[in-house]
Amino acid sequence: MRTLHQFHGGVHPPTNKAQSTRTPIAVAPLPSKLVIPFHQHVGNIAKPLVQAGDRVLKGQMIGRPQDGLSSAVHASTSGTVVSIEMDVVAHASGLPDLCAIIVPDGKDEWVPLQGLDYRSASADEVRSALRMAGVVGLGGATFPSDLKLRSGKSKVKTLVLNGAECEPYITCDDMLMRERAAEIIRGAEIMRHVLGAEEVLIGIEDNKPEAIAAMQQAAATSTDHMEVIAVPTLYPGGGAKQLIRVLTGIEVAAGVRSTELGVQCFNVATALSTYRAIQLGEPLLSRIVTVTGNISDAQNFEVLIGTPVNELVALAGVLPDTRHYIMGGPMMGIPLPAATVSVVKATNCIIAASDKLFPPAPPAMPCIRCTRCADVCPAELQPQDLYWFAKAKEFGKAQDYHLFDCIECGACSYVCPSHIPLVQYYRFAKSEIWARENDKKAADIARERHDYRQYRIEREKQEKAEKLAAKEKAALAAKEAQTADGTPAADNAAQQKIQEALALAKQQAAAAKPQNTEQLTPQQQAEIADIEARRARIHEIAQSHVEHPKE
Amino acid sequence: MAAFFSPFISKPDSVAQIMLKVLLALLPGIAMYVWYFGPAILVSLTLASITALATEAAMLKLRNRPVAPFLKDNSALLTGWLLALSIPPLAPWWLVVVGTAFCIAVAKHLYGGLGNNPFNPAMIGYAVLIISFPVQMTHWLTPHGLGTTELTFADQLAYIFSSTLPEGVKLDAITMATPLDNLKTHLHLDEHVSDILNMPIYGRLAGQGSEMVAWGFLLGGAYLLASRIISWHIPAVYLGTLFAIAGVFHLVDPAHYVTPLFHWFSGAAMIGAFFILTDPITSPTTHKGKLVFAAGAGLLTYLIRVYGGFPDGMAFATLLMNICVPLIDTYTQPPVFGKKDGVSGNKEKH
Repeated sequence: MRTLHQFHGGVHPPTNKAQSTRTPIAVAPLPSKLVIPFHQHVGNIAKPLVQAGDRVLKGQMIGRPQDGLSSAVHASTSGTVVSIEMDVVAHASGLPDLCAIIVPDGKDEWVPLQGLDYRSASADEVRSALRMAGVVGLGGATFPSDLKLRSGKSKVKTLVLNGAECEPYITCDDMLMRERAAEIIRGAEIMRHVLGAEEVLIGIEDNKPEAIAAMQQAAATSTDHMEVIAVPTLYPGGGAKQLIRVLTGIEVAAGVRSTELGVQCFNVATALSTYRAIQLGEPLLSRIVTVTGNISDAQNFEVLIGTPVNELVALAGVLPDTRHYIMGGPMMGIPLPAATVSVVKATNCIIAASDKLFPPAPPAMPCIRCTRCADVCPAELQPQDLYWFAKAKEFGKAQDYHLFDCIECGACSYVCPSHIPLVQYYRFAKSEIWARENDKKAADIARERHDYRQYRIEREKQEKAEKLAAKEKAALAAKEAQTADGTPAADNAAQQKIQEALALAKQQAAAAKPQNTEQLTPQQQAEIADIEARRARIHEIAQSHVEHPKE
Repeated sequence: MAAFFSPFISKPDSVAQIMLKVLLALLPGIAMYVWYFGPAILVSLTLASITALATEAAMLKLRNRPVAPFLKDNSALLTGWLLALSIPPLAPWWLVVVGTAFCIAVAKHLYGGLGNNPFNPAMIGYAVLIISFPVQMTHWLTPHGLGTTELTFADQLAYIFSSTLPEGVKLDAITMATPLDNLKTHLHLDEHVSDILNMPIYGRLAGQGSEMVAWGFLLGGAYLLASRIISWHIPAVYLGTLFAIAGVFHLVDPAHYVTPLFHWFSGAAMIGAFFILTDPITSPTTHKGKLVFAAGAGLLTYLIRVYGGFPDGMAFATLLMNICVPLIDTYTQPPVFGKKDGVSGNKEKH
């Protein structure tokens, strides 16, 4: 039996998982339309490859990954692209993003698929295939998986498969493990192979005995060293850092890549997608979504990416007093900007929220420094201090107190007896610091440009002066040479010419008097005299004032 | 859609509930008080409660803050109770009123109200009263069975509100100095500890009656620990430090220094350890900081009791340590996740 480690803090919110695990995963029918955002992953937006009017097949790439950090986007079914437009998407910002609107033709006609034998293929080929299949982290972070399958400088010893699923309400991974354990294990084998890891540790919270049993059974069929480990149910034990800590004892600090410490972590659903992408050549077109909350028949669906949320929740019987939809769990999820947004690769759960189910928090009271927040913080921060600094806009201090180590798990807000929305304060502080960093960068660039301009002007001046000095030196040398020779050279004639020109200029200047001061009337002359007299007086007064302090 | 963000759920808990539990935890001590000293303490608790709530409401109004949610948070009530339990039960009514009003108006609201006061308001109130009205603050009730006469509840009320005693009864007959005060006076007269403790006002461990009140507070403190309102750090280290220092002195010179248990069960040590020093607003937030804070308070309590000019050292020890809290917090910041020494995977570069 493996000795497990602990992470600091954690909370036990009501799990509310039973509602959605009563029935097996159902396949959601084809929706009336698909709204597929080109930006569903961390990194650069995929470059659209289709236009309005194009017919697309199921699995056809409609967005090509651009530059390093990016992933591909595909048509989830066959049909017609009716438009490429900016649409509201399921993202915390609530901002619209570029989407392809596809109307399905109902035929569900596939592009030809071709798998890859990962054992004979190179690691690069496998990574490239994953990138082109649009496989990203399905735990919610949507980081392109191909980039996580690089070992980095140090060798990855342990591959951690995350089936903890610690967030309340969400059961998509639980149901996936119960029903499709074999495919997950096959995916894990591919990942282990590419990473060259020695062991695969599969962490599942102990409130999922069926999933643990299914995974154990499937893992036993593998020739790889695989261990399915029940971990204590404790939120946020499913955070990658926390699960790695529990299974291996390693603490991956903020800003450190886990691969540098010899560990890599993937969600179980990502392993399954990896298997399908590599073995079958199937791109990521659907995912399991838990539909729960204010719903009559909460359950999990296999949903095509791009399916509008309102069509999905209708399948499960959404209740009429639903006011919002939450994507993700109640601890870290985001409120959807509209019910019409579509399911994306990050959508693990849709919670229909009513005021009864999620009553608005009572008004916040002042912080009484009770440190319940510090007691539950898995990052071992001092949330009460961070709150104080964020509120006072002392962002430097907040950074000193490790603001950016905060994983925004919400445990602090959950336990706060004063009901202070702590995580909101941290998000605010982080965004302010980012904005300031950007401003500072812009200012730095501007200053650099200014400095360079100054330098250039200075340099040009210097070059001019140097040229002039060189010329004069040459002239002087010539003169000296000439006097030494005692023969007036051509230079002397030139000198004379210059003198003549100067004299002429002086004459002209003397002749050119201001036109309007000639032939003045006596009255004007008197006026001028008067003005001159006044000026002299003012001058005098001014001088006496200046001298005054001396006396 | 306003203010709808994660986390969408929260633990059913509130400041009011925490404060209420602390008030409940004071009940065993109060019960002992009534049992041994009569119901006068209930009068001062009532006076303090009314004054605390009235002052709180007035200050909130003045500061343009919502009155209802803060009145309901029970924090003013707690301050009032802690002050009432620190002053003689037979004190005149205005002493309780002035002290409580000062706690709430000055020590709490002038510093910014709930959560912002650097000093424990009840202890500020106690300090103000003992400096301004030392005479009234030293007339403690004699426990049952020790005085030559005993006042009825009506007599006690009459004395609290009009300072009149029944005919033929002198104040000295019904009041006494605290056991700590009495000990100090007699030690100054060069008497030995063993002789002093033979006086009838002393019980098994410390003062007759008052030691039982201390037991009551210890019981309440155990409840606070069990219900996780407070952590073990402050009470354990405070009592531990007090015990250790008193123990050393007692072992070296038992004729002039009382036992550590006497210190534990005298004065405000128990209520201080569990109810006053543990006030989260005025104590450090880090675990290490709590240890430093409690040890400092224990040391100061002993020094003031033995060498200081006041009968008890708890209040001033608390206030002196309150001053140090920001400093203690700054220098006791614990390492964060992944940035500790000795944990595999620590790659922190400085």
